[in-house]
Amino acid sequence: MQWPPPWRRSPLVSATPPPGPTRGLLCPRRVSEAGDSSTEGARTGHRHYVTPAESAMEGRSQPLPSLRPASPTNAPAHGRGSDCTAKEPPLANVCRQNYGAAQDPVEPAGRRSASHVTGSSLGKAEVACGRRWRWAELLADTSWSPAGRATEMKVKMLSRNPDNYVRETKLDLQRVPRNYDPALHPFEVPREYIRALNATKLERVFAKPFLASLDGHRDGVNCLAKHPEKLATVLSGACDGEVRIWNLTQRNCIRTIQAHEGFVRGICTRFCGTSFFTVGDDKTVKQWKMDGPGYGDEEEPLHTILGKTVYTGIDHHWKEAVFATCGQQVDIWDEQRTNPICSMTWGFDSISSVKFNPIETFLLGSCASDRNIVLYDMRQATPLKKVILDMRTNTICWNPMEAFIFTAANEDYNLYTFDMRALDTPVMVHMDHVSAVLDVDYSPTGKEFVSASFDKSIRIFPVDKSRSREVYHTKRMQHVICVKWTSDSKYIMCGSDEMNIRLWKANASEKLGVLTSREKAAKDYNQKLKEKFQHYPHIKRIARHRHLPKSIYSQIQEQRIMKEARRRKEVNRIKHSKPGSVPLVSEKKKHVVAVVK
Amino acid sequence: MTANRLAESLLALSQQEELADLPKDYLLSESEDEGDNDGERKHQKLLEAISSLDGKNRRKLAERSEASLKVSEFNVSSEGSGEKLVLADLLEPVKTSSSLATVKKQLSRVKSKKTVELPLNKEEIERIHREVAFNKTAQVLSKWDPVVLKNRQAEQLVFPLEKEEPAIAPIEHVLSGWKARTPLEQEIFNLLHKNKQPVTDPLLTPVEKASLRAMSLEEAKMRRAELQRARALQSYYEAKARREKKIKSKKYHKVVKKGKAKKALKEFEQLRKVNPAAALEELEKIEKARMMERMSLKHQNSGKWAKSKAIMAKYDLEARQAMQEQLSKNKELTQKLQVASESEEEEGGTEDVEELLVPDVVNEVQMNADGPNPWMLRSCTSDTKEAATQEDPEQLPELEAHGVSESEGEERPVAEEEILLREFEERRSLRKRSELSQDAEPAGSQETKDSGSQEVLSELRVLSQKLKENHQSRKQKASSEGTIPQVQREEPAPEEEEPLLLQRPERVQTLEELEELGKEECFQNKELPRPVLEGQQSERTPNNRPDAPKEKKKKEQMIDLQNLLTTQSPSVKSLAVPTIEELEDEEERNHRQMIKEAFAGDDVIRDFLKEKREAVEASKPKDVDLTLPGWGEWGGVGLKPSAKKRRRCPVVLLSRFLIKAPEGPPRKDKNLPNVIINEKRNIHAAAHQVRVLPYPFTHHWQFERTIQTPIGSTWNTQRAFQKLTTPKVVTKPGHIINPIKAEDVGYRSSSRSDLSVIQRNPKRITTRHKKQLKKCSVD
Repeated sequence: MQWPPPWRRSPLVSATPPPGPTRGLLCPRRVSEAGDSSTEGARTGHRHYVTPAESAMEGRSQPLPSLRPASPTNAPAHGRGSDCTAKEPPLANVCRQNYGAAQDPVEPAGRRSASHVTGSSLGKAEVACGRRWRWAELLADTSWSPAGRATEMKVKMLSRNPDNYVRETKLDLQRVPRNYDPALHPFEVPREYIRALNATKLERVFAKPFLASLDGHRDGVNCLAKHPEKLATVLSGACDGEVRIWNLTQRNCIRTIQAHEGFVRGICTRFCGTSFFTVGDDKTVKQWKMDGPGYGDEEEPLHTILGKTVYTGIDHHWKEAVFATCGQQVDIWDEQRTNPICSMTWGFDSISSVKFNPIETFLLGSCASDRNIVLYDMRQATPLKKVILDMRTNTICWNPMEAFIFTAANEDYNLYTFDMRALDTPVMVHMDHVSAVLDVDYSPTGKEFVSASFDKSIRIFPVDKSRSREVYHTKRMQHVICVKWTSDSKYIMCGSDEMNIRLWKANASEKLGVLTSREKAAKDYNQKLKEKFQHYPHIKRIARHRHLPKSIYSQIQEQRIMKEARRRKEVNRIKHSKPGSVPLVSEKKKHVVAVVK
Repeated sequence: MTANRLAESLLALSQQEELADLPKDYLLSESEDEGDNDGERKHQKLLEAISSLDGKNRRKLAERSEASLKVSEFNVSSEGSGEKLVLADLLEPVKTSSSLATVKKQLSRVKSKKTVELPLNKEEIERIHREVAFNKTAQVLSKWDPVVLKNRQAEQLVFPLEKEEPAIAPIEHVLSGWKARTPLEQEIFNLLHKNKQPVTDPLLTPVEKASLRAMSLEEAKMRRAELQRARALQSYYEAKARREKKIKSKKYHKVVKKGKAKKALKEFEQLRKVNPAAALEELEKIEKARMMERMSLKHQNSGKWAKSKAIMAKYDLEARQAMQEQLSKNKELTQKLQVASESEEEEGGTEDVEELLVPDVVNEVQMNADGPNPWMLRSCTSDTKEAATQEDPEQLPELEAHGVSESEGEERPVAEEEILLREFEERRSLRKRSELSQDAEPAGSQETKDSGSQEVLSELRVLSQKLKENHQSRKQKASSEGTIPQVQREEPAPEEEEPLLLQRPERVQTLEELEELGKEECFQNKELPRPVLEGQQSERTPNNRPDAPKEKKKKEQMIDLQNLLTTQSPSVKSLAVPTIEELEDEEERNHRQMIKEAFAGDDVIRDFLKEKREAVEASKPKDVDLTLPGWGEWGGVGLKPSAKKRRRCPVVLLSRFLIKAPEGPPRKDKNLPNVIINEKRNIHAAAHQVRVLPYPFTHHWQFERTIQTPIGSTWNTQRAFQKLTTPKVVTKPGHIINPIKAEDVGYRSSSRSDLSVIQRNPKRITTRHKKQLKKCSVD
């Protein structure tokens, strides 16, 4: 039951506070049954938290503005009636102007709240009047004694000093008088909360990550490569042996090469960007020039190396004329020679991908079909270590900012981030996909990575989070086979089964193009607000909400049930067996089968 | 298997014997001339053959059993001696000839070398290779650790990381690459060089440099002034010291010393309150000083002054007194400071009277009480103590005196000096008899005439006792204060009581005393005079029996029954009361009493009830008062309608202005005395509240603080706003971000390229690796 009834409520009480977060969010529960004790705590005085209602009251507890001066309780005693006004403190401050931060440091704090009386700012003047008795308090000990009032009274007139409001040149900014007195800007938390809420909502409103679809391939896109020098150039190899070079700004194909018979298994560019290498199902490694042939010339590779076995992947060294291929074994090639200068192998299964470490360039990582990830040292021409996971790893990617960190895209729907010095426990297990993860690529900032999955979606994971922050999908996008993050860390490209390459924004709601400084400031502020209030349930819900295709959605539900069942079973097993006989294995360790030295 | 083998060997043996087609060397070596001997040797050979067959089928070396000219060097065997051939045997004949020294040396070197072990199999070698390589690589990678950590924690990262070099080269660089060509230029340069003008790097002449290096004028002035001031101060100080030194008045020095002592004492007192640890240290220092003093033997009667006094003592009373004082001082110094944990027996001969009075049981029990849980044991100690006090009902008058002192301590009287003095007087008269038997036992006399520092020492000693035996602090002070003036006036007789006074209360310690400890602490400053109640004193005398029940009554009042019983709800009474209801079992009640006393400070039940009452009050709907100030009187902000006005309101009007709130629904926790159910939970607000503390925060106030700090420009200045909203990662649109390089973070990248390394030596293993390999294989 509401009390008092709404029509009886005085305006003081009835004002509903803006819905917002309050300070008493985390007060410990005192109550054994139901109920939150925030209000109760405030009353008893043990823990002083304020609910929205109370904070509203608090804000209004200061004296109401009234034009007639109130008699202050602790001001010098005065009689009733007319002499009351004569003994009032002078309205000196009323006439003062205060611009921004330029304040007299000697001034007592109470004075700062002064504002000038003009026609438009009557409201402020009222506030000033209401607060005047406090100034009297402050000033009583200095110039303001009852005896000397009459003599020392200063009357300040309105001053119109052009220095205060006229710009020196036309290019100067307009002076905006600002008063930062916190009393004049109450409810900072609820207001910022609302702003954060709005920012979050707007972010979702403007989240339109899809930019373009590059079509032209006549079979599924199997591999992608970035140009090391030009942001706009992208290379792609398809399942029919065709290689295309694309211009992203114009969103068209600028060159088409029939490079191989069968799949183009791997493609990589030379570090200088003058040529690129492809490997295909036809057991060849081919080097191509980046620039097309002259008019009338045929498309011819610079070099062709005929191998004995099929090569399934290729990667180029980041600084030198060396590249590595994988297949039966990992081969290191000098560009000038037709035989590998070094080949390393450990185990007998075929190796699906090999990647050079971008920082310590002599390191390589590869993953093979026998579920393992092997690290190699090119200088010492030896494998270093091998980690065997539960299921096959499809590819790995090194973090471009942290030399010893790499992430592996696994068939068991997860991604594993490893520190290569401690392979027995992954640093983080990233799980959100509902099907095998086929490809992974790091953002050049090293803070995030993008993963492509068989479940027809790509996801963006922060490196230090186990859950994705973003998922991209379209109706027409099929199994995504390859994915790349562009070198300016703004865009993401993905190649999928249905022959298209799609271009996405890395940050879904980002405004493209040049931002004005105010836009930039607003963007930064909103970002910070979202960060600050990200843990609030309302905001969290909105920020996390994503529309998912039905297949993925139902898969997620199903897998959640399965996972829960597994967990329950494990818990039961532990519960019903001798204590200590069933070890509790953490999620991180669960997926690592062994580390082989 | 083995059986088969055996059979085979046996077969072979028989063949060897019978068949003539034995190997040739066998035949050769055989000598068939002797009969019996021959048989034996044959047998021997047979055995050997068997043994050789049994093991690895080694070819038997020929035995040379007769002298011959042809001795093959390959057939040298040591078979005859039945041992292995040792290198030393070969060397023996060489010893004599010096020409073969080199050979000898070589041979000895050969001897020292070991046989080479078998190489490991390939897999193992590879494994070792891998391990070594991995360790090396991990080491290389670990140099990135600080960089990675820094980048992860960075407030802001700006990409791309490479710093763009400024396009304009500094002028020095430009100049260094430039040469004068034209004659004019050459002339100018000549001029410059002549005048020592710098052409390249520093762009400063030597003179300029020197001037830069030199001190500026203001600085020099300041420095000089400072020095002057310091010198002047020093001279003043010296002069003062000299002047003071010259003063011959003993009285002056005494006063000074006393003042110093007092000051030290005060400081110590202060320190004790503020920083007990430091005070303890100070105490230790004092103890050390005492030890030094003791070692110096200053107060023995071996000094010049003492000797003279000893002569005088026969005739002069004063001299005797002085002697005695010195002696007592000596005793005091040689006596060790008592430690709180030590039992009273150690306190020396002064206590023997007391020891007679109080049985050992008391001490023992008290010792026990210091053990695991004093609360649990306390009851029996108090019992035994009471029994003990009962045991000796009529005693020497001393006991009474102790009783007095006890009760003093108990009731925390801040004794006025007069009262104390009077008491002392009385006691002295009572004591006279017993005193006669005791020789003059010097104990903590507070005053010595000769040295002020001694005085401080002794004073501080008393203080130290206080500090260590925490519980008797208050009493001691009172007594010491009381004694000081008295001692000055009188004979050493009353001094004797003091140790008794000091030590006695430890035994008679009761719970009340413990409780009072806290109060005592705060009362120390105030020094409120409070008369000693004689009635209470008598209460403590041993033959006064009914004191125990009285005490109990007092204890029971700690948790106020009345307060609990007066709560409104009847159910509360029924549930809460049993905890404080009288229990029939005496012991159990005692036990409960103990626990109650232990938690006497925090009355949880009452607090909770109070809290609940407040919560109920708060949740009740409030009446709405619509009376406005200002109608018929002064109005304005902060004014309340005058009492007169409210009073004058007739009942009808009251109903108009004061709207009575209807009774709300009954509270859910009305019948639950131990629960407060908050019915005010706002579901709408809960949707906007964080329920779990988010991850990086460790405490809720951290989180709340971050939330409460606004970051918007409404609340912050422009600069602060910019600083607060800096994004964590900044990228430039259209700029390629390359992977981090060693040069970016100030490391040196390796000089050799990977390609050159791999081409030079694809399967190279350095010597260090070899060593490591070896180590690994040994392991």
